[in-house]
Amino acid sequence: MGKQITFINARVIDPKAEIETSGAFTVNDGLIEKRDGGIEGKVIDCKGMCLAPGIVDIGVKICEPGEKHKESFRSASNAAAAGGVTSLVTRPDTKPSIDTPELLEFFKNRGKEVSEVRIFPTASLTKKNNGEKMTEIGFLHDGGAVGFTDGFNSIPDTKIFHQILRYASDFNTLIIGHPQDHFLTKDTSATNGVFASIKGISSGPDTAEKIGMERDTALVSNLNIRYHADQITTKIGLDVLRKAKATNKQLTAGTSIHHILFNELDIGNYRTFFKLKPPLRSNSDRETLTEAIREGLIDNICSMHTPQDEESKRLPFEEAAPGAVGLETILSASLSLYHNKVLTLNELFRLLALNPANIIKKNLGSLEVGQPADIIIFDPDKPVKIDRFQFQSKSQNTPFDGFNLQGENLLTMVKGEIIFKNNSFKV
Amino acid sequence: MQAKHIIQIDDLSRNDIEEIFSLAEYYLQLNKNKVEQKYCLGSFTQINVFFENSTRTLASFELAGKKLGGVVQDIQIATSSIQKGETLIDTALTLNAMRPDLLVVRHSSSGAANLLSEKVNCSVLNAGDGSHEHPTQALLDFLTIKHRKKKKEGLIISICGDISHSRVARSNIALLSKFNNQVRLIGPSNLLPASFREMGLETYNRMEDGVRGADVIMMLRLQKERMKGGFIPSRREYFNRFGLDNQKLSLAKSDAIVMHPGPMNRGVEIDGIIADDLNRSVIQEQVEIGVALRMAVLHLLVDRKG
Repeated sequence: MGKQITFINARVIDPKAEIETSGAFTVNDGLIEKRDGGIEGKVIDCKGMCLAPGIVDIGVKICEPGEKHKESFRSASNAAAAGGVTSLVTRPDTKPSIDTPELLEFFKNRGKEVSEVRIFPTASLTKKNNGEKMTEIGFLHDGGAVGFTDGFNSIPDTKIFHQILRYASDFNTLIIGHPQDHFLTKDTSATNGVFASIKGISSGPDTAEKIGMERDTALVSNLNIRYHADQITTKIGLDVLRKAKATNKQLTAGTSIHHILFNELDIGNYRTFFKLKPPLRSNSDRETLTEAIREGLIDNICSMHTPQDEESKRLPFEEAAPGAVGLETILSASLSLYHNKVLTLNELFRLLALNPANIIKKNLGSLEVGQPADIIIFDPDKPVKIDRFQFQSKSQNTPFDGFNLQGENLLTMVKGEIIFKNNSFKV
Repeated sequence: MQAKHIIQIDDLSRNDIEEIFSLAEYYLQLNKNKVEQKYCLGSFTQINVFFENSTRTLASFELAGKKLGGVVQDIQIATSSIQKGETLIDTALTLNAMRPDLLVVRHSSSGAANLLSEKVNCSVLNAGDGSHEHPTQALLDFLTIKHRKKKKEGLIISICGDISHSRVARSNIALLSKFNNQVRLIGPSNLLPASFREMGLETYNRMEDGVRGADVIMMLRLQKERMKGGFIPSRREYFNRFGLDNQKLSLAKSDAIVMHPGPMNRGVEIDGIIADDLNRSVIQEQVEIGVALRMAVLHLLVDRKG
């Protein structure tokens, strides 16, 4: 027998259950062994804190190979552990991009050597992520890529995309699209509207997302493809999603916690940490997005963790690199949906853990007996002030810097091993 | 034979095909014994008008015509993008004025042979038009199968490769289905449209499934433009999925034969060792039978005029 630990006095957040329960919880040998059993092995008193499946974050960028100074496997793993994220579904838009089976092998090996959290790599859909030539989807699929994406690039040529999707349909693989029309969004940094006009920032219309979603969902409608829209952020994009989901059961969509909590006005005085892809939207879009989350239209919430060093951000707004880090804030930030009564905790962890695990077809994200013991313990109420310089991430480009949020991760367990413990949590 | 033109397999009845085959068997024996058959038909004029580069098919038709004692003229017009529609009709009228008995036509556009046949007085034999058909290739393939398998019905025949753009595949599907064979199509989804399944054919995206229990495996050439055109990611992945190697061949019947219309890309669609295995590969036989088969077709087209 391996390591046996029983958590007692836990408030159990199980996304598969309708109601919260509390009690004892035993893990053994890397798996969830029993619930409400006796006290066995080592005992950890949760003192009424929440015990939930670890977060499965789709769309994390680890900057290896190429830009290790922005984020390495080690720093990403530490940041994830601290933030309560136990599985990283990584993006392939590294330098070079993960577009050959050899590079995928390197990437996987680095993950195995260094990372304490689970790494599920996606591979590039096209070589160099430039939208022109498809990658060796067969080899990469066999090599363990959980899906294919070109990151923040949308394949401009619809015929090429169609060709690739048809080829990929032989594998019923996951395609993560960035459904934003290439030409409408090219060289833009914000969303069309009063704010962008006043500030004089080059901007693209929200229609870019509608067109992107309509194109992508139409292309996959007759194919054996699991299509996942990385981030839906507008009302008109959500309308397309709702319609397409009615007929396509393999269609899923996510959104980033940043698009749920911020709108374009947060950019304020050209604050580059609020420059995202897709750009922040109007407040009415943001409100509609929140409603879509309540409705269950959106399948997962991600951090779209995109590390950028200071040099990439300390630039005029239009020249600054897009993206924000999010591994260490996704839990506290998402808990605002609970505090604002948009979701129950069980529902929230459906979007943070169970659904994303299902999207990548991994048996994770719930607290069922026999499941891998990827668990977090957190205090949902504790006030925290975000200080980006306390981050484990090598990059600190968070829009939450200085924000007061509620909720803190106390302990992270992956495969039955405790890989993070908050100093305030006494075991 | 009833048909004046052979543009597609459906221009031929089952009886026409039987007639072609029995005459082809006769010519095959004569060719093997090196017996000259000149002048059996009297004088006839055959123009091979090839708008697309070809070495093998052109040589096969040229040889067939000459062996029958015809006056054979090759016209190779390298295709260029400006040669379309009207130019083709002009060419047809020019050739027609030369009063040939037969035009053997190859063109990169589907339907070109049909267009030509509407503009000339003589017989037109399609030697490959775009992605449409290549009827003599299918006929020679089928005759080769008949030789090896000693029957021509009830066989499982797997055709593998770029079905979407293949005229060889289309002619073979039409011909083999006419004789109650089970035709299976194998290829990646983007080169094997779902419409073939709607036509009632079995389609496979995993070659291992498609060749299981097959009597005949027909490999198609992967054209360079498909490799460059983004249809497949790489040669090595194509070979891995759809290249015929010993492991995949072992799933077919133990006496399964391997065919290829040539020219082969060794290491892309077929392992060189299999291509060279005389017990399995009938690729050279296809070429030999091709000349005799084309002699028979030319003979019957010329002869029908009486």
